[in-house]
Formats: sequence, C-alpha cells, structure tokens
Amino acid sequence: MSWGFLCDLLSGVNKYSTGIGRIWVAVVFIFRLLVYVAAAENIWKYDHDEFECNIKQPGCENVCFDHFFPVSHIRLWALQLIIVSTPSLLVVFHVAYRENREKHHNQKLYKSPGEIDGGLLCTYLISLVLKTGFEIVFLVLFYKLYNGFKVPRLVKCDIRPCPNTVDCYISKPTEKMIFLYFLVATSCLCIVLNLSELSYLIFKYSIKCYLKRYIKKQRQVSKSDCHKSEITVSKRQKSVEGAYATNRAQPPSLSVRSQSHFPF
Amino acid sequence: MDWGTLQAVLGGVNKHSTSIGKIWLTVLFIFRIMILVVAAERVWGDEQQDFVCNTLQPGCRNVCYDHFFPISHIRLWALQLIFVSTPALLVAMHVAYTRHEKKRRFRNGEKIDIEELKNEKIHIRGPLWWTYTSSIFFRIVFEAVFMYVFYYMYDGYQMPRLVKCSAWPCPNVVDCFVSRPTEKTTFTIFMLAVSGICMMLNLAELCYLVIKICMKESRKTT
Repeated sequence: MSWGFLCDLLSGVNKYSTGIGRIWVAVVFIFRLLVYVAAAENIWKYDHDEFECNIKQPGCENVCFDHFFPVSHIRLWALQLIIVSTPSLLVVFHVAYRENREKHHNQKLYKSPGEIDGGLLCTYLISLVLKTGFEIVFLVLFYKLYNGFKVPRLVKCDIRPCPNTVDCYISKPTEKMIFLYFLVATSCLCIVLNLSELSYLIFKYSIKCYLKRYIKKQRQVSKSDCHKSEITVSKRQKSVEGAYATNRAQPPSLSVRSQSHFPF
Repeated sequence: MDWGTLQAVLGGVNKHSTSIGKIWLTVLFIFRIMILVVAAERVWGDEQQDFVCNTLQPGCRNVCYDHFFPISHIRLWALQLIFVSTPALLVAMHVAYTRHEKKRRFRNGEKIDIEELKNEKIHIRGPLWWTYTSSIFFRIVFEAVFMYVFYYMYDGYQMPRLVKCSAWPCPNVVDCFVSRPTEKTTFTIFMLAVSGICMMLNLAELCYLVIKICMKESRKTT
C-alpha cells in the first residue's frame, strides 16, 4: 500500500471531471505528490537525528524536538494530500451507484452515468467545496502550529529535563522552508482551481436552467395563444353555421381570418 | 508513485512528438532520470551525516551545512526534471482534448471513421503547432533558469573540499569538510552537460518546426 493507490483513485476520478478538474488532478500528481516522493521526503528523513542541542543532558534533545515539532511537516503534508484527494471518492461512489441502479433495473435510466447533471452535479459541487475547505484547514494548521511558514535555524528550549535555556539547532532549515513555500504555493493554486471550477459549474448550470425555463415559458405562451384562437374559431364557426343555415348563398370566409391567429 | 509515473505520462507524449522530440525524451529518461535515481541519489545520500566541521561546538555543523547548501543539488535536479517535463503535458492535454471533441462530434451524428479516430496520428499543425512550440519554448526557459540557479547558488559547478564557516554558534572561523567532493563535482558536470544537450535538442526542434511552417506557408503562396 503506497501512493500508487491514491494515483489510481485520482486517475479514476479524472474520467468524470471537467477540464479544470483534470488540470487539478495533474497539478496534484506532478507538483505535489511527485515532488513529495522524489524530493521532500528525503529532506525530513533524518530530521530527528540531526536535531542537535547544545547540552549533554540525556532526554533534553528528545523533549525539545517533540515540543517544537508535535507533528512533523512532512507528515502533515502527507495527511493533507490524502485528505484533500478523498472528496473525489464521493463522485466515484455516486457514478458507481448510478451504474448499479441501471444494472438492477436493467434499463437505461440516465443519459450517461458519468454525465454531470442532477444529483451527480450536487455531489460534484459538494466534493469541490470539501476539497477547498480541507486545503484551507491544512494551510491554517501549518500556519498555527509552526508560527508561520518559516523554519528557524535555532530554537531556544527550557523544558525539563533541560537544566536551563538550551540552544537547539534544526537541520536544513532553509531547504525545508523552500519546500514549505512550494507546498503553500501549490495548495493556493489548487484552491484557485477548485473555486474556478465551482463558479464555472454553477454559472453553466444556472444558465442552462434559465434557458430551459425561458423556452418552457415561450412554449406555454404560444400554446395559450393557440387555445385562444381555437375558441375564437369555434365561436365563429357556430355563428357562421347559424348564418349559413339561414342564408345558404353566403360562403364562409373563415380560413383567411383564422390563419392570422395561428403563430406558425 | 515515483518517477515511473512521470515516465508513463511522458511515454504517452512520445507518440505525438517529432523525431527530435523523441530523442529528447530518450535522453531525459536514460541520462537524467535514471542517473538521478540510480547513482546521484546515492552519492548525495549521506551528505549531512558526513559533513564534518573542525569543532565540537554543537549546532555549528548544522548551521554551516545550511549556510553552504541552502538547497541540495539532488533536490534541485529533481525539481528541474519535474518542471522541464511538465510542458510536454500541455501537448498531451491538447491531443486528448482534440480527440474528445472528435468523439463528441461523432456522437452528435457527424460521419467520422472510428478506426481512423483510434489510430490517428495527430499531425502537428494549427493550434497544436502553437501548443507544441510553446511547450518547447518553456522547456528551454526552465532549463536555462535552473542552470543559472545552480551557478548562482554554488558559485560555479565545482564542489569544494573545504569550506570556511563563521556563522553563529561557531566560535571562530571553522573548517568544514564536504563528503565526496570529486564524485559530486563529476556528477554535477555530467548533469550540466546533459542539460546542455537537452537544450540544444530543444532549440533544434524549435528551429525545425519554425522552418517547416515557413516553407509550408511559402509553398501555399506560390
């Protein structure tokens, strides 16, 4: 079990995404997952071994490291990647449910199970909102846990059993900071992509909805026009028949008049 | 998830590249990604462990290492490879979009041969020509930027044996020794040379595409 599973999951989601959704998947794969595995993981590999305090007191280094790094940056990064990718599962489940339903009823219930309309649109929108929410939560968590996105070279620690205030040195702080900024930049890019996809979908489907209603209204108006002219025609027919019955010489001249009330 | 996934994606791009593009991809796979994974990572693997300073002052080694190697060569190469490969994805996305449009038109009733659609060799012309040319341009820019960053950060491409460090908390000027400097210099120069070759290939491909389109235009007008 490794990152390959997440890759397969996201590739599956790719089929049912919009264009912007596919760009999001590409950004997550290449600029977040690949950078994590190929570069970032190794920077934090020996972070505890290389964390050095200016003291020989046993236990002091351990306690100080634990105080300043309750959850290591790299673990938070991994959690973020996993949790941010998970809402896409909702879409996959919904499509699978639709396909299952079609199989169960043995008939075509949907135009295409993967078509983003109706219930699947709601699921897709919810997944986008959740993805954006999780990204923001993790960014705020990073900011709060580590007082910003800076990694200091030196931290001062005075927790027991350290006898006094002790200088502790973090390994590779500049490199860690560079990759943290990279993480923040890619998270922000993903947030922007999610928000644009959300606005695009809402705009597209509200226009569609509005157009449908407009066409429906037009059809209703034209139908009621038809109906009115039918009533007028039948009334006139009766009066003409009555007149014809009394005066057979007069031919009916309805056709021209009635036609003028018909819209087609 | 590792370099294999990038390889799989780029392999897909191979189908729609020119011959020079295919040579570029081969050079990238064999002389850059493979060398990085198989050799370079081992050479830089123990870098901070074996970075030794002539002092017992705790923290001095960490601080000096951080001062002289703000970002390790190996990480810079990994980033360079990722950034340089990404423009090729633009081409893959464009081709996928074109195919998707053709499928949509087929579904809407236009007469398109399915077999032809499946096996179609996408020719580099029209909007795809622009996407392809911009991807090559960006590749060249990224290669140049990374080569400059290497030069600027490490004052050239040579790895020194000894660096003198006086950053706090080192008490005075302290001698610090880099591990495996000659091997690191060799690999740095090797990666630089291969980057240079890749840049040449990209420039040649760019010129080829531009000349081809100019000749086509001139044939149309005559």
